[in-house]
Amino acid sequence: MDRRNFLRALAITGAAFSIKESGAMSVFSQSGAASKSGKPYDLVAVMGGEPAEMFRKAIAEMGGIGKFVKKGHSVVVKPNIGWDKGPEMAANTNPQLVGEIVKQCFAAGAKEVKVLDHTCNDWRNCYTNSGIEEVVKKAGGKMIPANEESYYSEVSLPKGVKLKKTKVHQDILDCDVWINVPVLKNHGGAKMSISMKNHMGIVWDRRFFHANDLQQCIADVCTLDKAAVLNVVDAYRLMKNNGPQGKSEADAVLTKGLFISQDIVAVDTAATTFFNNVRSMPLDSVGHLAKAEALNLGTMKISNLNVKRIKL
Amino acid sequence: MLRKIRIAVSVSTAVLLTLFIIDFAGIMPSWFGFLAKIQFLPALLSVNIAILISLIIATLVFGRVYCSSICPLGLYQDVVTYISRKVNKKKRFRYRKALTVMRWSFVVAALIAFLSGFTVLVGLLDPYSSFTRFAVHILKPAYQAGNNLAELIFTQFDNHTFYKVSIYLVSIVTLIITLVITAFIGYLAWVNGRIYCNSICPVGTVLGFFSRVSLFQIRINEDACNSCGACGRNCKASCIDTKNHKIDVSRCINCFDCIDVCSTSAINYNYSFRLPIKNRKKVVNASRRRFMMAVGVTGVAATKLLAEKTPLIGGSTSVVRKTPITPPGSLNLDHFSQKCTSCHLCVSKCPSNIIKPAFLEYGVGGMLQPTLKFENDFCSYDCTICSDVCPTGALLPLTKEAKHTNQMGQVQFVMNDCIVFTDETSCGACSEHCPTQAVHMVDYKNDLTIPEIDTSICVGCGGCEYICPATPRKAIFVEGIELHKTITLKKEKVEEVKVDDFGF
Repeated sequence: MDRRNFLRALAITGAAFSIKESGAMSVFSQSGAASKSGKPYDLVAVMGGEPAEMFRKAIAEMGGIGKFVKKGHSVVVKPNIGWDKGPEMAANTNPQLVGEIVKQCFAAGAKEVKVLDHTCNDWRNCYTNSGIEEVVKKAGGKMIPANEESYYSEVSLPKGVKLKKTKVHQDILDCDVWINVPVLKNHGGAKMSISMKNHMGIVWDRRFFHANDLQQCIADVCTLDKAAVLNVVDAYRLMKNNGPQGKSEADAVLTKGLFISQDIVAVDTAATTFFNNVRSMPLDSVGHLAKAEALNLGTMKISNLNVKRIKL
Repeated sequence: MLRKIRIAVSVSTAVLLTLFIIDFAGIMPSWFGFLAKIQFLPALLSVNIAILISLIIATLVFGRVYCSSICPLGLYQDVVTYISRKVNKKKRFRYRKALTVMRWSFVVAALIAFLSGFTVLVGLLDPYSSFTRFAVHILKPAYQAGNNLAELIFTQFDNHTFYKVSIYLVSIVTLIITLVITAFIGYLAWVNGRIYCNSICPVGTVLGFFSRVSLFQIRINEDACNSCGACGRNCKASCIDTKNHKIDVSRCINCFDCIDVCSTSAINYNYSFRLPIKNRKKVVNASRRRFMMAVGVTGVAATKLLAEKTPLIGGSTSVVRKTPITPPGSLNLDHFSQKCTSCHLCVSKCPSNIIKPAFLEYGVGGMLQPTLKFENDFCSYDCTICSDVCPTGALLPLTKEAKHTNQMGQVQFVMNDCIVFTDETSCGACSEHCPTQAVHMVDYKNDLTIPEIDTSICVGCGGCEYICPATPRKAIFVEGIELHKTITLKKEKVEEVKVDDFGF
């Protein structure tokens, strides 16, 4: 080895060590993680970490974000941003989680990432005070308004039992893939608000749901042809009581969990089971779970699935 | 120079105030609301002594600069007059006799209306309120339509700077009244310049009373004057008697147009004590009677004793309330109906668009005064904008914490109309929207939950009423209360739970 090569090697080594691991790089290391067992996981459950960290672990086990988001894709990430509340209340999806998902979508080559929710409180306040707008913009994503009826287009739901048609946000209909990112909450009427209930933030007329058998309509709206490519349930903080809005921080519990699956019924069943750690909530009382299973939207029998459990 | 300063000040005041009023996107910082608070009648009603004294002192020193530079309705008239003179280049003003009896009749009428709880008339006569209603009900929808057009174009190019807004017709009666008043004042300005300010406007009359003795006044130097009459022809207040070389200072709004058109510099703005002694004395004597009258008027106004309660008649909302809901910070129905001049600034600034002008909910005397309606939205728990912007003190500022415990109405639940009862299906929309859980879900049959109410912790935000899907009657609604109350919210402890099992 001559001197020049030695110096060159030294410089390259130094440069290599100075590179920090970034979200973008972890995408490359994700691929094939699930293939070790041969069969891909149906559901990944993580607990004990920070929101972004748990997502990174979970998505790697699912086969990497690249399995779901392809280069050039237009992606919509749909968190729950329904309420003008801060992250500590657990009324909205954790902003760190949303930020990480947006980042990973871009790392996987997404052309654009849009984030939206049909909020219950003033949408501008919800977007800002939830902390979601800030992280999304920082990650290069766009916050899309959903406050006006003209942003929605009517779609028919032939498989629906009570809900035969509804107006869905145009960006959900136009995107290549959308990722459903609910927060795990108790709900006064629907009992639980998780992935399926989160669909009420992509439709315009929610009153119809409440007036025409809420549990059935929640299951019906999930028969939408354009199903979410992934359901990521944020259980970092869950809302134990007085959901879905909550009165105070006392309604939130720090449980540090995260569930991810393409099977919306399975992931909501898993999350509801997890919820039973803090408050009793029989699965059959959460009517929309069984109703969705009856519509062949997924399975409530988690034991039949290939589940990966990770404790950090 | 003086004229240019006047134009600069009046244009910037009125434009900024207008932008503040019509701004739905929160672009204008909230402190711009001070432009409404420095207006004369709002300052008088909110007993904002500092502003009131400043305005009176300014008038005593400089004359009616308020009318020329601060009053937004003044600028509106000036713009109309300007256009009319562009259209008809031969247009001339001429001196008119003062309409003293008429002017003071309007002041007395406004005072009597105020004292008898017939506040609607005060609101209709107040120039600031008239202008603000014009901005809220005419300019704002146009501004929003422009925004929606921009949104359409920009979103095509994937630029999301703009977002669509719903343009509501706030109230047809209000729109008609606003159109009529705006057109009427516009017509007067088109034909006769500032005649509205000098014959109808009670604020103009009261300030005109003070400006009579103002330190600086416009006067004609007879020695230099060649009697060309240019000043009189250009005086939009019609207060220059060119024949006698006299200026009616009580009607002069200090626009300084005359100074600029005088070719011999015979007309100028100067200390009034340079006037001949004879003239000054006459001026003072003439005003003494009115001074006493104004003192009396102010004194009576300050006591505000006689406001009568008017019968309440249900409005046209789907929910007919026995008592209308007054906005947060209004303390009680009496306080509110006395102080509110229906400027509708709160109507415009409410992000939820739930503050609407009443028709007959408050009775005839309270027509146009705002009340809460929950057809399109409900009152945000953390929002205090209406009480922050109110310039007249009808709504007193609330902190966020005070707003959280301010009860402006009480929830009523009619179980027989509730979806859970009639259809036996899940709902809970009301409880979902309740910030204090005054409406909470309790176990009912078959795994169902049904609302239960606790009026003692209800803030009256209307979330439940707004979202209730029951038809044709809402199963849950808010009933107004005449006296706002403070509720007590229990403080709950944050519990720590150790979870170390998925459960599946």
